[in-house]
Amino acid sequence: MKSTSEMLASQEFRDLVRRKWTVSIVLTILLFILYYGFILLIAVNKPFLAQKIGEFTTLGIPLGVAVIVLAWVLTAAYVVWANGAPDAAVKSLRDQVK
Amino acid sequence: MQAAAAASAAPPVQTSLGTPTASAIIFFFLIVAVTLYITYWAAKRTRSTKEFYAAGRSISALQNGLALAGDYMSAASFLGIAGLVALKGYDGMIYATGWLVGWPALMFLIAEPLRNLGKYTFADVVAFRLRQTPVRIASAIGGILTVLLYTIAQMVGAGALIKLMFGIPYEAAELIVGAVMLMYVLFGGMIATTWVQIVKAVLLLFGVTLLTILVLAKFGFSPAGLYAAVSSKIGQTALEPGGLITSPLDAVSLGLALMLGLLGLPHILMRFYTVPDAKAARKSVLYATGLIGYFYIIVPIVGFGASVLVGRDVITNIDKGGNMAAPLLAETLGGTPFLGFIAAVAFATILAVVAGLTLAGASALSHDIYLNVVKHGQATEQEQVRVAKMSTVVFGILAILLGILFKGQNVAFMVGLAFAVACSANFPALLMSIVWKRFTTAGAVWSILVGAFLSVFLIIISPTIWVDILHKEHALFPLKNPAIVSMTAAFLVGIVVSLLGREPTAEAKFEDEKLRTYLAIGAE
Repeated sequence: MKSTSEMLASQEFRDLVRRKWTVSIVLTILLFILYYGFILLIAVNKPFLAQKIGEFTTLGIPLGVAVIVLAWVLTAAYVVWANGAPDAAVKSLRDQVK
Repeated sequence: MQAAAAASAAPPVQTSLGTPTASAIIFFFLIVAVTLYITYWAAKRTRSTKEFYAAGRSISALQNGLALAGDYMSAASFLGIAGLVALKGYDGMIYATGWLVGWPALMFLIAEPLRNLGKYTFADVVAFRLRQTPVRIASAIGGILTVLLYTIAQMVGAGALIKLMFGIPYEAAELIVGAVMLMYVLFGGMIATTWVQIVKAVLLLFGVTLLTILVLAKFGFSPAGLYAAVSSKIGQTALEPGGLITSPLDAVSLGLALMLGLLGLPHILMRFYTVPDAKAARKSVLYATGLIGYFYIIVPIVGFGASVLVGRDVITNIDKGGNMAAPLLAETLGGTPFLGFIAAVAFATILAVVAGLTLAGASALSHDIYLNVVKHGQATEQEQVRVAKMSTVVFGILAILLGILFKGQNVAFMVGLAFAVACSANFPALLMSIVWKRFTTAGAVWSILVGAFLSVFLIIISPTIWVDILHKEHALFPLKNPAIVSMTAAFLVGIVVSLLGREPTAEAKFEDEKLRTYLAIGAE
């Protein structure tokens, strides 16, 4: 059993918080690169996206769809990660406080 | 030759759009009957404030995912993006990506701490360890401003849309929308609002999926076939990026507003309190992101389909903005009954979104202002529910009046403005209060006020209003969306003002708050 201040000072709790924000920030940066990369690509290099990859289909169409799909994949990655070790750690730390 | 030219100049528009057809009326009454029955069922379960504001925290992750998706897939995004793709081609698709990418950001930065720290409104989180009165008032200003702008856009869009689809006069349409959604919120609270949203989300996803399948069936179930038809009928340019994004700065600023504005939309944030815990909140974002992503991937197919199968001339003949592209396509592919179904679903979409907004606006008035500022947190459960319902009526009537007042105005900018205010006023204060120990009451208040008023001021002097609406020659502020300036300013002001003074009680509470933020100890 730990008091509130002991828990806050414990290495396990600090690790949990640090890991949560590390993962969150890394994923947020990836999301920014993905989305703003796409937007800036449109702004500065339209011919690149206008090139045809099929008879008529332009590269821009699958890229737009890819941005949406990858954004969802990042979300899923976070959920899979958070459902694992962090959830277990939260549960065990909770039990130590009460 | 001459006859052909005349025909292309004035294409024959054979549509029952604008006349109340039997199928549209039947579907409409069916949807209203089902949703009112839900409200009746929910009313028996809506006695306490926890039930009224947060559906008793009994909503499952999948249900909340559907409701979140429902809140976000407004008629504006369904009809608007389909129309944009139909008329502008690829550029409409760029919007679709922008509307989605806020969801992962919401997950990574806000969702779980928000669920653990809050009770009914996002102001609960901002004010958690700060002085209640000033922070609640400032948060309510940011929250209500966002909700009002969003509501005006929805109500004006609703009136115009219903007039166009059913031929009902504008004012009558406003009254119908206002009255029906007030019934949901007033009697059924968050339980009814959530279930109405779920029903509508399922209907909308079903309708758009069916439209997509019918479009693809015309082209041998091959998107490439559809693009070939687009290329030959409209031109290859429809499949290439056009003039929507030219200045990188403008594009990034709009992107920031779309992405991070989501993290400050009160009616979305409020939904996180309807699930039992952070884990359910997390899963509900994954469901919502999947559903919305799917929706935005298939809506452009509907738009391209409309441009080929209905034709751009016919679409602009009915509505210059292209909003009727999807309904017209439904009529072409499935006849009047399918048109009736899509029209009724669009109507249900508006009802549900306005109901969610009204609940969010009412909770800011009653929970943040009345309970926590006027009554200093001391009021009986009964009194709180009564005030919450009174606020709902006030907000509902306001929505109807504003809808009528803004009749005929071009309100497209209002959604952009709502997102700009949300990401500048609400989001910075929310994030800093969660992650930054030294954040102070003064910092929060100044950050919110600067974010709110700067974003409104900058948008007034931007090309969006100054040139397009006030018809001045040159805009005083170059960007169409001010987010990059106003959100940065809100963060800077919050940081600088916080660093200028210390608030020992807030810092002490921040440590205790951590147990609740990360371990959900003491979470409601």
